Amino acid sequence: MLELLQYGFMQRAFIAGILIALLCAVIGVFLVLRRMSLLGDGLAHISFGGIAAGMFFGVYPLLSALAFSVLAAIGIQKLKSMKVYGDAAIAIFFSFGLSMGVVLVSLSHGFKADLFSYLFGSILAVSGTDILLILAVGIATLVALLLFYKELFYMTFDEDSARASGIPVERLNAMLVVLTAITVVLSMRIVGILLVSSFLVIPASIALLICRSFRNTIGVAALIGVASVITGLTLAYYFDLATGGAIVLTLVGGFAVVLLYKKLSPRLTPRT
Amino acid sequence: MAEKIVEFENVSFGYGRQPAVEKATFSIERGDFVGVIGPNGSGKTTIVKLMLNLLKPDEGSIMIFGKGIADFREWRRVGYVPQKATNFDQNFPATVFEVASMGRIPKAGLARRLSSADYAAVERALKTAGILNLRDSRIGDLSGGQQQRVFIARALATEPELLILDEPTVGVDMEAQHNFYALLRRLNKEFGLTLVLVSHDIGLVSKNVNKLACVNIAVTFHDVSKGLSTADLHCAYPAGMAFVPHHHHIPTPSARFIR
Repeated sequence: MLELLQYGFMQRAFIAGILIALLCAVIGVFLVLRRMSLLGDGLAHISFGGIAAGMFFGVYPLLSALAFSVLAAIGIQKLKSMKVYGDAAIAIFFSFGLSMGVVLVSLSHGFKADLFSYLFGSILAVSGTDILLILAVGIATLVALLLFYKELFYMTFDEDSARASGIPVERLNAMLVVLTAITVVLSMRIVGILLVSSFLVIPASIALLICRSFRNTIGVAALIGVASVITGLTLAYYFDLATGGAIVLTLVGGFAVVLLYKKLSPRLTPRT
Repeated sequence: MAEKIVEFENVSFGYGRQPAVEKATFSIERGDFVGVIGPNGSGKTTIVKLMLNLLKPDEGSIMIFGKGIADFREWRRVGYVPQKATNFDQNFPATVFEVASMGRIPKAGLARRLSSADYAAVERALKTAGILNLRDSRIGDLSGGQQQRVFIARALATEPELLILDEPTVGVDMEAQHNFYALLRRLNKEFGLTLVLVSHDIGLVSKNVNKLACVNIAVTFHDVSKGLSTADLHCAYPAGMAFVPHHHHIPTPSARFIR
């Protein structure tokens, strides 16, 4: 196990992976409970357009993806405030990003191999620049989430009461969507565009099956996320797999085991 | 004269062209226990939402704790138990203690952690509501009446001076309702809390309150500490309207209220 940590690329993959596992787990719990599970998927497809645009115009792709994703997040909020249904707003941006990405990919012929790593994640993908961006933006995002944790908890449970008690629900909602947009882009190098949403949703869903308190749900989701990254990256290293696939399959396996365990022991009370 | 906590002056509000509240003028004083009654769709919840600044009046002015409501910032002084509070996601992972501690969140301030003083206040609120023993239970595992108390505890945790409850006993069984009213009377008498209770159940409400606001788009305000007159009742339940409580049997109004 330790030998794989000798390599710089593996160290970077582990550092980035653990950080995004924490981010995705915390955001994921809020998204799942707010019935916004597909937001991550939508934003990921939008950032695909950003990646393609970055590669096409010679801009650092993660940065252009970040810009695309965050702007789309704001756009989705705007459409929602103009009485477009939330899921329709996501679908509109989703297709826009994807179609733009596909057009740019077909206009150029050079970067198809590289694109594969963006779609499914790659163990070699996290460059020195990437890790700096992921650490800086990722830690800032995590801090923002922890700062507003209790307000987000309140509004996730009961938005009307939260609003009535003076919590700026609309602004925090917008913040959550923008933080999701950022998280999706940061996760892309490790889990890939197509698998980001599972990485957001599955740790939270497993934790929701076994936890009774909100605090433990967040904690358990974070632990599951980190464990899946460590397992997935190790498997990817030894068997030469796309990292996103290895991580998400680990998660799906975990989800199935927990579900089966609950099913087989119906009187099992959830632990706190 | 007691301090005025809420003052409505000629307040009107409509949804589109449909009037919901018309020219409401009344005031609530410290220590009052006000029942807001009226049939479904009469504008009871609209009045509550106006009181909480969730809706802005089309006309007229609302003062709360002596301040214009638009400039009022100390919402921590107001506790609120919404209609359908117990209508939350029953699978939501939150313990009784976690839900009650939401009440301290506005007081702590944005981006601040709850302090040990906050947690002590939550504990006191749970004790007052009589559910301290349930603190670590998942809220979805409790009965309707117990969940109701959790939401009262959440409102009490803010240590409010005014507590507004919107149809709090819908879906709660009879015995739990009686205990619930006993709790409200105690909060009013022992803790000096000013209470506003919205209900369509005039029977239980009028037994407990000292003032009654009858709402049927128009609002009439009655001091019922000395009993309730037929005229008072007719304001909210005009002739021809059946007097049917939603969950249980109560005696006819003439038997119960008119002395």
